[in-house]
Amino acid sequence: MMDWLGMPVAASAHAGDVDRLMVLVHWLMLVLFVGWGGFLLYVLVRFRRSAQPVAMHKGMRGSWSTWIEGGILTAEVILLAFFSIPTWSARVDAFPSEQQSTVVRVVAEQYAWNVHYPGPDGLFGRTDLALLGPSNPLGLDRSDPAGRDDITTINQMHFPVDRPVIVHLSSKDMIHSFALPQMRVKQDAIPGLAQPVWFTPTTTGQWEIACSQLCGLGHYRMRGFYTVESTAEYEAWLAEEAAFLLEQ
Amino acid sequence: MRFFKYLVSTDHKVIGLLYAGTSLCFLLIGFALVLVMRWQLAYPGEPVPLVGGLFGVANAPGGIVLPEFYNQLGAMHGTIMVFLGVVPLAVGAFGNYLVPLQVGAHDMAFPRLNLGSYWFYLAGGLVMLASFFVTGGAANNGWTSYAPLSDLAPGHGQTLWLVGMGLIIVSSLLGAINVITTIVQLRAPGLTWFRLPFFVWAQFITSFLLLLAFPALQAAAILQGMDRLVGTSFFLPSGLAVSGQALNVAGGGSALLWQHLFWFLAHPEVYVLILPALGIVAEVIANNTRKPLWGYRSMVYSVFVLGFLSFIVWAHHMFLTGMGTTISAFFQATTMIISIPSVIILSALMLSLYGGSIRFTTPMLFALGFLPMFGIGGLTGLPLGLATTDVPLHDTTYVVGHFHYLVAPGTLFALFAGIYYWFPLATGRMMNDLLGRVHFVGSLVCMNLIFMPMFVQGLAGVNRRLWDGGEQYAHAQSVLSLNVTMSMAAFGLAFFQLFFMVNLFMSLRGGRVVGANPWQATTLEWSTESSVRAYRDPYVYSLPGAAADFVPQDQPAEPS
Amino acid sequence: MTAIPYTTDVRPDTGVTNPKLGMWLFLASEVMLFGSLLSAYVLLRSGALTWPDQSAVLSVPLATVNTVILIASSVTMLRAWTALTAGNMRQYRVRMGVTLVLGAVFLAIKTFEYSDKFAHGLGPATDNFLGLYFVLTGVHVLHLAGGMLVNAFLLGPGARMWRSDPRRFTQRVEVAAIYWHFVDAVWLVLFVVLYLL
Repeated sequence: MMDWLGMPVAASAHAGDVDRLMVLVHWLMLVLFVGWGGFLLYVLVRFRRSAQPVAMHKGMRGSWSTWIEGGILTAEVILLAFFSIPTWSARVDAFPSEQQSTVVRVVAEQYAWNVHYPGPDGLFGRTDLALLGPSNPLGLDRSDPAGRDDITTINQMHFPVDRPVIVHLSSKDMIHSFALPQMRVKQDAIPGLAQPVWFTPTTTGQWEIACSQLCGLGHYRMRGFYTVESTAEYEAWLAEEAAFLLEQ
Repeated sequence: MRFFKYLVSTDHKVIGLLYAGTSLCFLLIGFALVLVMRWQLAYPGEPVPLVGGLFGVANAPGGIVLPEFYNQLGAMHGTIMVFLGVVPLAVGAFGNYLVPLQVGAHDMAFPRLNLGSYWFYLAGGLVMLASFFVTGGAANNGWTSYAPLSDLAPGHGQTLWLVGMGLIIVSSLLGAINVITTIVQLRAPGLTWFRLPFFVWAQFITSFLLLLAFPALQAAAILQGMDRLVGTSFFLPSGLAVSGQALNVAGGGSALLWQHLFWFLAHPEVYVLILPALGIVAEVIANNTRKPLWGYRSMVYSVFVLGFLSFIVWAHHMFLTGMGTTISAFFQATTMIISIPSVIILSALMLSLYGGSIRFTTPMLFALGFLPMFGIGGLTGLPLGLATTDVPLHDTTYVVGHFHYLVAPGTLFALFAGIYYWFPLATGRMMNDLLGRVHFVGSLVCMNLIFMPMFVQGLAGVNRRLWDGGEQYAHAQSVLSLNVTMSMAAFGLAFFQLFFMVNLFMSLRGGRVVGANPWQATTLEWSTESSVRAYRDPYVYSLPGAAADFVPQDQPAEPS
Repeated sequence: MTAIPYTTDVRPDTGVTNPKLGMWLFLASEVMLFGSLLSAYVLLRSGALTWPDQSAVLSVPLATVNTVILIASSVTMLRAWTALTAGNMRQYRVRMGVTLVLGAVFLAIKTFEYSDKFAHGLGPATDNFLGLYFVLTGVHVLHLAGGMLVNAFLLGPGARMWRSDPRRFTQRVEVAAIYWHFVDAVWLVLFVVLYLL
């Protein structure tokens, strides 16, 4: 059924869990719709006025509708308890350790994704509203020792494959929503709140970051790009960015 | 002068018809807005044909819809359809006209409040429309008006949106108090609670939802109004920087506070859209199957449970705002539970068909069309109600398809069924059957062609509210051409609504004249007595041994 | 046109008149309105990094005086209604008049409180506590002023109904009194939440 639903390629470790539930739910929907639709067509033909000139006052007997309703409830409880809640819990309760992950900050603004890598020292530099400027959209303090080697990009993210990624998401202005369709990741970036989100890319490729929450007139073009690549390619990219930083 | 007289009449029938006329106009306006949007989605950046020049240079230079204007259209389409179109038609028009008649009352309990309710509604609607003409145009932050975007939106459009909503809320509160009091106090002698038609039950619960849910938005509107006009920061957290400039406000607010208050209203509001539709469909089905509703009591209990549960599911609109396992589990669970009473009602309506002698009249066609369409809308709510599957689908066109199936071929079909069904009650004339059938078939086909592709696009990951319909995104390319299909179907839908409009106006003067009870119905609105008394359950059709295949509620028991 | 039943008579099986039921329903929605505003208060305060010492910013003594005044006005409102049930119109006028005066004194004190805040450069935009203070008390003051308008009507032109339909007039006063007590109760909650907690 997965091909049938036409979802984007599943390229993260947990995407399979999401997609499995998606398929199951759609099977349930299909069965119910076909069942009800078949019944509807049957009664419309069978009980049309010319075939049934006088209605039965009592109508349908029996309690099987109760059984169907019970069945639907059971199916929903199973989907909820054994699929949805565990998968959700793995997303929000079981964060990997930062040492073993690629850690990135993403600060959304109208209409761009400001990306902040901690650099070789693994520490994010201090940021300050007062330092905001056209060339420094993050307000990053380069005089802070931790911030000297930080790598910043706009609308460009790179991740090494098969290693967990933790994105610390926030917003400078409006509510945006950080969507990586192929990772089955979507999380609102809400000003005033820090939202961590994590996933493990398992397939290399180049895809797009899509803003999913109306954030103003440029919402439609708030598009970024992300690349999942081998660790070697990722390191090379980081080195390239670091060299670029030195030039400045 | 005669028209003026109608505008100040306190007669519930006149007010009901005023509501009907006004809300149909708003439905048309809301539909017109979306046609412009659909053009832009199908042909992004190309000038809108015919009417493109009318929008002004600020909105559509050379007829090309600007993103700012597109967002205005989107926000106002939603607002107008929900708050000025469907709810006033379902509750203001049908509720006002039919509830007193169906409970055997001469009028609403508070006729003057009733008129006041209409005036507040009209004023709210006019404020909303006027907002298109102020600097910066109408509100353009989505019908949900999420803060801080709405808080900080320049111009006066959003402020007028708040004022308009305030007026509409007052109107709804007055209406709700009136409907509840009428049902509780003015039921005719003999009309016990379980003899009430299902439509009255639906209106009863709907009114409670309006009464208790709308104040949350009232509060939210006050707070946002303060943020916009006085400079408070209820919805503005500290450390905001807009366009590279630190924002000069006290801060300390919460962006999520708005969402909580809004959805505390807006989820019950969904049931405000749905319940009256279910009520209308139940009436039409009972009448056109010539048999009692199957499971009337379980339907009544279900509608109670629905009403109650609708207050504790709101945060399933907010799964992606950073929700922990426990809270998300709670709201997923309530969302799954609320599907059960909906299933019970829908099943009861389907099973009511079994054993009937079905007449495929125009109202019945719309009621029958409602059932599977509403089913699709309900079923597609499942993956959205489960937090895990909500992640890929949230804010995609899948969501748009889901709620449009509930409200457009769902509720609107039910409202059309109601118009065709009760038109002879209001005018003494029938609407044209042939035109009605063309209207139904055309609408059914077009509605599905509009909304079904939204599921396909949504599953592919195409986001909603995109000015260019997702043209830029690689993952949208394979399903982009569906935008043209959907837009063509939308224009087709507009064409088939002409049949309805022509039919409505033609039948007012030229429709076939009929007697007092043309559908041979049993409920009290068709009674010609000046003071009625109820003797039996609402849907006594095809009673074995009875003289006719229907026994009206007010017909005294035959002496035996 | 037939008169609408149960405007003054109690419907036997429901036990209320239409206006009284309508008022209770209205108050239910009012509870939701103030409830929503108070939940906004709770959410903002619990999420705030700093919150001012409320009793230091606001004047507890003035609010205490106002609390006493409103409770007194509730008593006089109730007594005005009992005067009518006893058929004593003169007493009603006096007590309703006192209720109105007490309401006016409350408003005067409130106005002084507001202008004192403004004079010290404190306004709704200062911080979210003051913002909520002005919104909550402002909405309450509007409710109080609305109630005073109704009471003034029932004391002035509306009192003519006493001659034509005393029963209905008495019920009107009763319904107005229900509303007045509600406005009082809201103030008690606001007093505790905004001044004392």
